Amino acid sequence: MKTIKYIVQKEIKQIMRNRGMLPIIFVMPLLQLIILSNAATFEVNNIRISYIDNDQTSISRELISKFEASEYFSVSEMYRSKKDADDALKKGEIDVVLDIPRYFERDLVRNKHNSLAVYLNAIDGAKAGVENVYLNQVVRDFNRKISLEIIQPEDKMLKQMNILSIPSFWYNETLNYKTFMVPGILVLLVTMLSLFLSGMNIVREKEIGTLEQINVTPIKKHQFIIGKLFPFWVLGMIILTVGLIIARLIFNVPIVGNIGLIYLFTAVYLLVILGMGLFISNYTDTQQQAMFIAWFFMVVFILMSGLFTPIESMPDWAQKITLLNPIRYFVEVIRMVMLKGSGLGDILWQFGVMSFFAVVLNALAVWSYRKTN
Amino acid sequence: MFKRFKGFVNKEFYHIFRDKRSMIILFGMPIVQILLFGFAITNEINNVEVAILDKSADSETEVIINKINASPYFNIESEVQSEKEIGEVFRKGKVKAVLVFEKDFANNLQVLNQANVQVITDATDPNTANTISNYVQSILQHHSEEINLQNEVPYKVEVRSQMFYNPELKSVFNFVPGVMTVILMLVSAMMTSISITREKEQGTMEILLVSPLKPIQVVVGKVFPYIFLSVINAVIILLLGFVVFQVPVEGSLVLLALESVLFIITALSLGVLISTIAATQQAALMISLMGLMLPVILLSGFIFPISSMPVPLQVLSNIIPAKWFIIILKGIMLKGVGIAFLWKETLVLIAMALVFIGISVKKYKIRLE
Amino acid sequence: MEKEKVVEVNELTKKFGDFTAVDHISFDVYKGEIFGFLGANGAGKTTAMKMLIGISNPTSGEARVSHFDVHHQAEEVKKNIGYMSQKFSMYDDLTIRENIKFFGGIYGLSRKHIKEKTANLIEELQLQEVADSLVGSLPLGWKQKLAFMVSLLHEPRIVFLDEPTGGVDPITRRQFWELIYAEANKGTTIFVTTHYMDEAEYCDRVSIMVEGKIEALDTPKKLKQSFKTDSMNGVFLKLARNVE
Repeated sequence: MKTIKYIVQKEIKQIMRNRGMLPIIFVMPLLQLIILSNAATFEVNNIRISYIDNDQTSISRELISKFEASEYFSVSEMYRSKKDADDALKKGEIDVVLDIPRYFERDLVRNKHNSLAVYLNAIDGAKAGVENVYLNQVVRDFNRKISLEIIQPEDKMLKQMNILSIPSFWYNETLNYKTFMVPGILVLLVTMLSLFLSGMNIVREKEIGTLEQINVTPIKKHQFIIGKLFPFWVLGMIILTVGLIIARLIFNVPIVGNIGLIYLFTAVYLLVILGMGLFISNYTDTQQQAMFIAWFFMVVFILMSGLFTPIESMPDWAQKITLLNPIRYFVEVIRMVMLKGSGLGDILWQFGVMSFFAVVLNALAVWSYRKTN
Repeated sequence: MFKRFKGFVNKEFYHIFRDKRSMIILFGMPIVQILLFGFAITNEINNVEVAILDKSADSETEVIINKINASPYFNIESEVQSEKEIGEVFRKGKVKAVLVFEKDFANNLQVLNQANVQVITDATDPNTANTISNYVQSILQHHSEEINLQNEVPYKVEVRSQMFYNPELKSVFNFVPGVMTVILMLVSAMMTSISITREKEQGTMEILLVSPLKPIQVVVGKVFPYIFLSVINAVIILLLGFVVFQVPVEGSLVLLALESVLFIITALSLGVLISTIAATQQAALMISLMGLMLPVILLSGFIFPISSMPVPLQVLSNIIPAKWFIIILKGIMLKGVGIAFLWKETLVLIAMALVFIGISVKKYKIRLE
Repeated sequence: MEKEKVVEVNELTKKFGDFTAVDHISFDVYKGEIFGFLGANGAGKTTAMKMLIGISNPTSGEARVSHFDVHHQAEEVKKNIGYMSQKFSMYDDLTIRENIKFFGGIYGLSRKHIKEKTANLIEELQLQEVADSLVGSLPLGWKQKLAFMVSLLHEPRIVFLDEPTGGVDPITRRQFWELIYAEANKGTTIFVTTHYMDEAEYCDRVSIMVEGKIEALDTPKKLKQSFKTDSMNGVFLKLARNVE
């Protein structure tokens, strides 16, 4: 116990003394939380739309004014030819182009039916899909309107049977993206910081040569690992705390559930990440190698965490892989507890898995630390 | 002179290639990422678990429930018996939406011409919630249209959407340029900044600097192998994208190669810049990993569309080199455009590289004095 | 009376793949002795020493340090030895006081004991003025003296020094050897590797390693006699030539 205390003291002194690192450890993650949380949104609005009007009639203008009225679209000036529109799409100046054909009005009145070509930049398929939905809504509106204008409304219209869907968004009525993203990004930052710092730690002493000096002392392996782990564990907790304060005060993210539960889970979670970092650190010879490995896992973990893209949309095998991803559990839990108020009973499964990971990874960390080779 | 320089570069290559573990990751990384993005990660929504609270349980609701279950978007997994239970199933986290059919549903529809379905979604994920809500609405609308078949809207304009550049709306089309950018950016910046600070830390930089090699040669020599590695990486990513996921390269391969090299050089000069700022490997790593990873992923348009961001962030995104390269890549690969459409982005990258190099040289001189 | 053997080495061998770094070496070191362990770079000195201090496992053979087997009782060995490596290994970003406190703590010294030791050590090396500055800012010679004293904190029976005076000026080397003598007089056994042949003259006995084997082992005086030369340097050169 006393031995561990000496290591902890030494680590804390080294961290606090490193003037160059302090802002990187404390300021950078929180700054990123504040700034980047605003960037992570799939909301589609301000769709830049333009048109080629080969008809130039009241009906075609009516259609365009419908788009102008929509909150989702911002209409820019019209293009003379399809080629101009094409170029604008290619340059990325515009997202959607309406191609209104010649005799648009005449054919519509004559045939009661007409079609309208729309070109979408679909590289981001999901975005194009949403744009398409909004587009169709506007056109459906337009159809109803001209039907009313051209022929007087008959009883027919009213007789329609209608199934109405009434949306109700729980836990986040205004569909505020930040409520969703801030806890998740906080998880990422806490994880990255802990993993990178612990991953570099032991291998750094290897590179400097001080590890050899430690290895000729009678220190026990677990004492060494615990002593190394503890300061970073505290650090992670501090970052989490400041992050939660920022989430609450700046982003107004509700904390519905028990905050103690978040801390309890984080306490175990950090052991997992730090154990993993120390394991990497033991297994490598240079900081460069260690960071490379840590980076690899980090990127895969982030992408497979359900933070930015939903896990349910993944194929089965990929969903199974995410079961090995600690970030997945933490993202799930922090959202459940903070936003929905889930209790210990609801997160028992995640808690169990994390505890299991913590035991395994720290055992690996102790085992892989070789005083002798 | 050149011979000496070549010897130095060879030494650097030797250093890098000897380290098997790093090599495996360096080349395994893009493969794993592309495969994950291609097969596993998508921001589309399907197989969402939905629960039903059916207060009327008549023939009409049964038809609708079957329709919803039949759609690829939804899986109806369970039924809840009362409003109270909705909170419980949400808190467990699996069910994302609950559809509540009102009492006397069929009757209301026949007599009042209107029946209500409440679509309650777990909006902790607003994107999923909104999409679910939209999908349910369109299924219901479709159903309404079917039962109203005899009285259609009299005048109708139909939208024929043409999905340009990605007709099948595959998300991998969007992600391949993104993954390529993120990998090139981080590998180049991280590897150079570490390998230079490492020499500084171990004192070998001084030895190199007193050697007859000019400082610029030392830096170029250190950076050169990473250009080579990054190019190999880029090729692997493009090949995989093409062979496995049919992501095309519509435009000129030569232009693509040149632009890639330009971007790699920009990223490497950023790495050199970081190494002039950072005193230790640890600092260099934290700057290039912690400092670059999230901004590059989030602000470059890789996952989240830049146009959706608030204006200040759209402005901020301009200083992220990755943003410009992603635009260039999408332009060449998917839109098939040439330099006439991309000269602006190209100039921005060149300017950035020059600024990075300029600052590094200046910082470096100050230190030597 | 037979002197106590503090180090007993018997057919100790270390192989890395096909390469034999240490090839069946055997020797003993007695209590209170200054034992010089000589050899050219790459002769296997450091590898042999690493086996003796329990951070490298022997491929075959055995060695006992302070009566404990280095292979199977490495942790017991570590309680009884001090070690100072050729790569200076205090923490640059801690002060002198903090380094002493840390290593004292790791060896399980009591707080009171650490305090006393710190005071003594700082006084002995006359480091009062720099006791609270970072070790990284000290000149190399001071660092090495400090590292030597720190390796003695827990009063080991034997201390291993791996090229302790590399890179410092002759005067500092001289001072360093005075510290070594002082410690040896207290009864501590000193096991030192060096490639400065003049330093070999200061040792009670020296062994010379060539290509993994011990080619000579005796007092400097006897070695010079048997190789018919008047300096240790001469002995060394002759040995090296013989092997070639």
